[in-house]
Amino acid sequence: MNRKLLSAPFIFWSTLFIIVPLCMVFYYGLTDKSGAFSLENIAAIATPEHSKALWEALKLSFISTIICLLLAYPLAMILANLNVNQNSFIVLIFVLPMWMNFLLRTLAWQTLLEKTGVINSILNALNLPTLNIINTPTAIVLGMVYNFLPFMVLPLYNVLVKIDKNVINAARDLGANGFQTFCKIIFPLSLPGMFSGITMVFVPALTTFVISKILGGSKILLIGNVIEQEFTQTGNWHLGSGLSIVLMLFIILNMVISTVTDKEGEVNTL
Amino acid sequence: MKNELVNLVNITKSYDGQMVLDDLNLYIRENEFLTLLGPSGCGKTTTLRILGGFEKPDKGQVVFDGQDITNLPPNKRNLNTVFQKYALFTHMTIAENIAFGLKIKNKSKAYINDKIKYALKLVNLDGFEHRMPDSLSGGQQQRIAIARAIVNEPKLLLLDEPLGALDLKLRQDMQYELIRLKNELGITFIYVTHDQEEALTMSDTIVVMNQGYIQQIGTPESIYNEPENAFVADFIGDSNIIGATMIQDRLVEILGARFACVDEGFGENQPVDVVIRPEDVELVAPEEGSIQGTVTHLIFKGVHYEMEVTAHGFEWLVQSTKMCPIGTKVGIKVDPFNIQIMNKPESEDEEAVGVNE
Repeated sequence: MNRKLLSAPFIFWSTLFIIVPLCMVFYYGLTDKSGAFSLENIAAIATPEHSKALWEALKLSFISTIICLLLAYPLAMILANLNVNQNSFIVLIFVLPMWMNFLLRTLAWQTLLEKTGVINSILNALNLPTLNIINTPTAIVLGMVYNFLPFMVLPLYNVLVKIDKNVINAARDLGANGFQTFCKIIFPLSLPGMFSGITMVFVPALTTFVISKILGGSKILLIGNVIEQEFTQTGNWHLGSGLSIVLMLFIILNMVISTVTDKEGEVNTL
Repeated sequence: MKNELVNLVNITKSYDGQMVLDDLNLYIRENEFLTLLGPSGCGKTTTLRILGGFEKPDKGQVVFDGQDITNLPPNKRNLNTVFQKYALFTHMTIAENIAFGLKIKNKSKAYINDKIKYALKLVNLDGFEHRMPDSLSGGQQQRIAIARAIVNEPKLLLLDEPLGALDLKLRQDMQYELIRLKNELGITFIYVTHDQEEALTMSDTIVVMNQGYIQQIGTPESIYNEPENAFVADFIGDSNIIGATMIQDRLVEILGARFACVDEGFGENQPVDVVIRPEDVELVAPEEGSIQGTVTHLIFKGVHYEMEVTAHGFEWLVQSTKMCPIGTKVGIKVDPFNIQIMNKPESEDEEAVGVNE
């Protein structure tokens, strides 16, 4: 039996649904409407409208990634120090929302944040000033953090829980206080998980168009929304593909930085 | 008598209602190589962790160098630990590992570099400064762990089964290495192990522990030759432990036969346990022995033969350089001073002995 045959279904699958579509994206992105080779779809990123959308997407996904990191790190540390029974419960609480549909969760936030939504009704009833963050970048960041936080927690938890307790004890034994132990031992050892988490949050946040559409109204266009419109509304597949290629470059850049910074080579390259 | 460096006073510790250490008292003298020996779960590692500051006793006091350190965190104690699985910092080079404690103490660069060189020489690993821990063998990693601890010049070094993960040959080499290090450095060592041979080879003093109690404290010779109870006798080396009756001073009845011995003061017709080491059992012609039996098992062990002799319903373990084939009728003879008499434990708990005062 040829063992390679076992990989045939996967090769078939990935050729049909990954390689071929990718080739098509490159074909459309690098040609104009007449089918001739052209870089104008790539260059289109330089127009003010597109570069603003790209900048906006980079900015919001960067902020979301930082917030996710700040929320996830302490949580992952707490989880890693609990015993198995306790932490499986907390992990469950954390993962539970992920069992619900991504769109539903985002729509739920829309309902909560709307001008006449649940939160504002309660604030009104209490005679408190209302919250006007729907259709603002804040709402988009909130949606990104809410949806992608587990992707930061899990890889961090995985590396932190694997750190030998005796390594931490050894640092204490050699005279390091709690803070020094964190800076010199725990944090450096957790870097692979951190880079993995950053990639897993930053990439989907950068490319999302659903969150920005639902929570940002039509006021804030991210690069994802622009690409989506080119495909579904304008029907200009060439421009949509060209902008997608540009976006891919940023994702690859992010992963290269992660891999280079990570000496251990433990990053899950997506 | 040298000074007491460490004094553990009435240490009690339990986990989830399970008593691990029950009112333990123990002192350690300066410059002593003391081994805590016992089966897993006997409380030896817990004792070490309490000394290191990784556990707090429920009750009792840890006095170190005249100071009560019971509530001090590990980083405030002038002692260092060598952990079972090395616990090296894998993201640092060997030099950075060794320098860790010194950098925290803000020592000068020149001082640290000197110390790294000195420590690596001491553990026979010169030139390893820039290697990463993962590229070293287990024995080398363990030596780095020791180097990392001793550069801080602790008064006391705690070693938690440091040789447990190494293979036999390496373990034996490292035993000599540790003895040499201790003599060169003049540091007090507290060593935890479940390996009786390791304990006998290296220690000045052995503390045999079981179920949270100290069973016996003594030199390797006294622990081996004069075990105080059946547990110690059984745990240290092979032994024949037989229920017997002390007829009078210097006379004991074992399995119906009378043996001369050298112990006194057990009373008359008192039930006791006797320990006879297998190498002390002499096999002679049937009519010359105190008891007659038949050889039932024979194994060649290299240095000696190991035989089992069934005599008066008891299987005697015998080690001898002379071979007796299976089925041979033999007599068993024991020199009086090789019979060690012990009081019978009155209950399971009282297997524990009072502590050295």
